[in-house]
Amino acid sequence: MIAEIGHYALVLALALALLLATLPMIGAARNDTLLMAAARPLAVGLAAFVLLAFGCLTTLYVVSDFSVVNVASNSHSAKPLLYKISGVWGNHEGSLVLWVFILALFGASVALLGGNLPARFRARVLSVQAMIALGFLLFTLLTSNPFLRLDPVPANGAGLNPLLQDPGLAFHPPFLYLGYVGFSVAFSFAVAALIEGRVDPAWARWVRPWTLAAWIALTFGIALGSWWAYYELGWGGWWFWDPVENASFMPWLAGTALLHSAIVVEKRDTLKSWTILLAILTFSLSLLGTFIVRSGVITSVHAFASDPARGVFILAFLVLVVGGSLALYAVRAPMLRPGGLFQPVSREGALVVNNVLLAVATGTVLLGTLYPLIEDVVSGQKGSVGPPYYALTFVPLMIPLIVAMGIGPLLKWKRDELGAVLRRVWLAFVLALGVAVVVAYLQDGGPVMALVGVALGVWLIIASLVKWAEQVRLTDGLAGLGRRIRRLRGGVWGMVLAHLGLGVAVLGMTASTAWEEAVLQVMAPGETVSVGGYDFTFEGVTPLPGPNYTAVTGRFLVSRAGRPFAVLDPETRYYAEPPMTTTEAAIRPTLWGDLYAVVGEEARTGGWAVRIYFKPLQHWIWWGAAIMGFGGLLSLFDRRWRVGVAARARARESETIGVPAT
Amino acid sequence: MAVSPARLRKRRRLLLTVGGVVVLGIAAALVLNAFRDSVVFFYSPSEVQARLDDPSLKLADRRFRLGGLVAEDSVVTLDDGVTTEFTVTDGAGEIRVRFTGMLPALFREGQGVVAEGRLEGANLFIAEDVLAKHDENYMPPEVAEALKKSGHWEGPEAAQ
Repeated sequence: MIAEIGHYALVLALALALLLATLPMIGAARNDTLLMAAARPLAVGLAAFVLLAFGCLTTLYVVSDFSVVNVASNSHSAKPLLYKISGVWGNHEGSLVLWVFILALFGASVALLGGNLPARFRARVLSVQAMIALGFLLFTLLTSNPFLRLDPVPANGAGLNPLLQDPGLAFHPPFLYLGYVGFSVAFSFAVAALIEGRVDPAWARWVRPWTLAAWIALTFGIALGSWWAYYELGWGGWWFWDPVENASFMPWLAGTALLHSAIVVEKRDTLKSWTILLAILTFSLSLLGTFIVRSGVITSVHAFASDPARGVFILAFLVLVVGGSLALYAVRAPMLRPGGLFQPVSREGALVVNNVLLAVATGTVLLGTLYPLIEDVVSGQKGSVGPPYYALTFVPLMIPLIVAMGIGPLLKWKRDELGAVLRRVWLAFVLALGVAVVVAYLQDGGPVMALVGVALGVWLIIASLVKWAEQVRLTDGLAGLGRRIRRLRGGVWGMVLAHLGLGVAVLGMTASTAWEEAVLQVMAPGETVSVGGYDFTFEGVTPLPGPNYTAVTGRFLVSRAGRPFAVLDPETRYYAEPPMTTTEAAIRPTLWGDLYAVVGEEARTGGWAVRIYFKPLQHWIWWGAAIMGFGGLLSLFDRRWRVGVAARARARESETIGVPAT
Repeated sequence: MAVSPARLRKRRRLLLTVGGVVVLGIAAALVLNAFRDSVVFFYSPSEVQARLDDPSLKLADRRFRLGGLVAEDSVVTLDDGVTTEFTVTDGAGEIRVRFTGMLPALFREGQGVVAEGRLEGANLFIAEDVLAKHDENYMPPEVAEALKKSGHWEGPEAAQ
C-alpha cells in the first residue's frame, strides 16, 4: 500500500510539475496575474508530493518491505537503522527521488522566501525550476521507478554494500545533491533573466545567497566524500581524480567562479553576460556529473550499476537543457546592457583573473574526465587519465590563482595601484618565503612543488588575515576593537575565512602528499616499528562480533619518546550479506599529522601484514574545507540578504533625507 | 588625457580577450603535453604479448593497466609476507604480476582484476596499484570487453 501511495505521489508531482512549467510561463508572457500567482502554490504542492514519495520510500526501507524490488535488492533486515535510511539514497532509483526532492525543495524555498522578487520574474524562475523537475520525474517514472513490486517476495534483502555502511557516506550524497541541485536555482534565475532580457545588481543580490547555499553544501559534500575515502578504503588516499569525484568537483569550480562574478554584477553592474553564462554552465556541469555517474560511460572506481537506457535518457535531457539554455543565451545575451568600466588593476580585475583561471581549470578537469571517452570513440583504445595529468595541468593553474587570492581582496573597486597593495602584504610574502625555507631546511630540500605549496598556503593564510586586520582596523589599537570585530559584516568574515580555509587545506594537501612516511611489513605480536617519530608496538589481534558482521581487531600501542601516546585498533570486517571484507583503518589525528594503521591478512610465516603511515598535516585538508564552509555560512547569514532589509534600509534613507535638519 | 567610455570599453575588451587567449593557450599547451605522457592505457595479457614489440606503443617503458582474471591456484605470497604474485589471464594469454602492498578486499582467484604498473621483462608486470572495485559481482568493463574479444567471456551477455 505504501509503495502505491509513493508511486501515486510521484505521478501527481509530475502533473503539478507539468502545470508549473507551463501556466506561470504563459501568464508571464500574457501579463496574466492569476496564472503567475499560481506559481507559488504549485511549487509548494510539487515539493509536498515529492516529499510524500520520499517519505514512503524511506518508510519501506525502515520496515524492510521486501515486496518492493528496490528495497529487496538494496536493504537487509539486519542492518542498523541509520543504514536502512541511508540505503534509500545508496542506490540509483532512491538517489533520483532524493535528487527530485531536493530540487522541489529549492523550488518551494524560492516560492516561500522570494517575497521580494517581482511577481513576473518569480513566476518564470519557478517555471524553469519545474521544467528541470519535470525531466527528472519523467526519468524516475519511466526508467527508474523505485516503487515496483516483486513477486515472489524474498525472505530477506540483498543488503547494502558494506563500504557504504558508514556515517560519513550516509551524509555524503545528501550534501552533494544539495550542492548539485542548488545550482539549479542560479540556472533558473539566469534563464528567467534571459527571457526578461534584463540583468541588474538586484538580480545578483537575489541569486547570490542561493548560489552560496549550494556552494556550501557542495563544499561539505566533497569534503565528506574525500574523508570517507581516506578512512574507509584503507590505504589513506583522499583524492583520486576519479571521474565521479571530478563530476562533483567541476560544478564546485564553476560555482566558485559564479559566486565571485555575481559579486561584480551586484557591486558594479558589469560582467553580466559572463555571469549568466557561468550560471548556465555550472548547472550544466551538475547535470553532466549526474550523467557520468548514472550512465557508467566512464569507468570509475565507483562503478554504480549502470544501464544504457538511463544514460541515453539523461544524455538527451542534458542536450535539451544545455542546448536550449545556450541557444537562449545566444539570442538574448547581446541585449544585456554593458556595465561600468574598470582598470585591469582593480577589484573587478582581480575577480576577472579568478574567473578566467577557475574556468580554465574547470576546462582541464573536464578534458581529463572526458578524454577516455573520446579516445575510446576515436581509436577504440581504453585509456584512463590519472593524477599525473592533473599534476601537470590543474595544479599549475592553481598557483597564480592562489597568489591572486592574497592580493585581490585588498584592491579597491574601479582602479588601484599594484605597488601600494603589494606593500600592504609584505608580511605575508616574508612569512611565506620564511616558512618554505625552514621547511626546506628541516626536510633536507624536498620536492620543489611541495615547497611552493607550503609558501602558497602560508601566503594565502597571512594575506587573508591582513585583509581581516585592515577591516577591523587592528592598528587603531585595542580600544573599541571588540566592537569593531563584532560589527564586521558576515560577508567579509565569509570571504576571509573561505580564503584562509583554502590556505589551510593547501598546506594539508601539500604536506600529506610530499612528506608521508609509510611502512608495510609483517609484524609478529610484540614487535615494534618506528614511523614518523612514533613507536608502534603490535599487540596481536582479537576477534570481535559486530551487529551484521564479524571482525578481527588488531591492537597497536603507540608511544613517543618512550611515553605512551595512543592505542590504535584497526579492524578487518567480514560481512555476510553481501559477502565482503572491509578494512577499518585506525586513525589518530594530531595537530601535526595523522597516525594511520591498517591490519591485513595473517601471514603464512606467522604474524600479520600491517600498514602504518604518518601523514603530516593530513587533517588540515578537512579542517580547511570546514573553515571554508563555515565562512560561507557566516556570509549566508549576513543581514544584507534577509528579506526586506535592503528595501527597509532604502526606505529609512529616504525618510532621513526628508526630515529637516535640527 | 580623457578617453571616451566607448574607447575604454573597447580597450578593456581587447585586454580581456588577449588575456583569455594567453591563458587558454598556456592551458592547451599544458593539456597536450600532459596527455602525451600521462594517459594510462588498458591492455589484456594477450594484447600485451602480441604488441610488445610494436614501436608505436612502447609497452616496455610506459605505465599501463593490465586487466583480466586472476588465474586459479596462481596466488603466492612471497617470503616478506607483503608481496604477492599472481597470474592474470584472458584465456588467450597470461602474465605474471607482482604487487607489494595490501590487496583490495575483493581480490580473489577467478575474479576480474585491474593492475596498474610497468612491465619488467616480457612476462613480469610490477603493479604499483591493484584497483579496488566496490561490489563482489562487479566485473570491470574493460576486463569484460577484453574477455569477450578473446572469446573467453562466460558472464551474461549484457554486461550489467
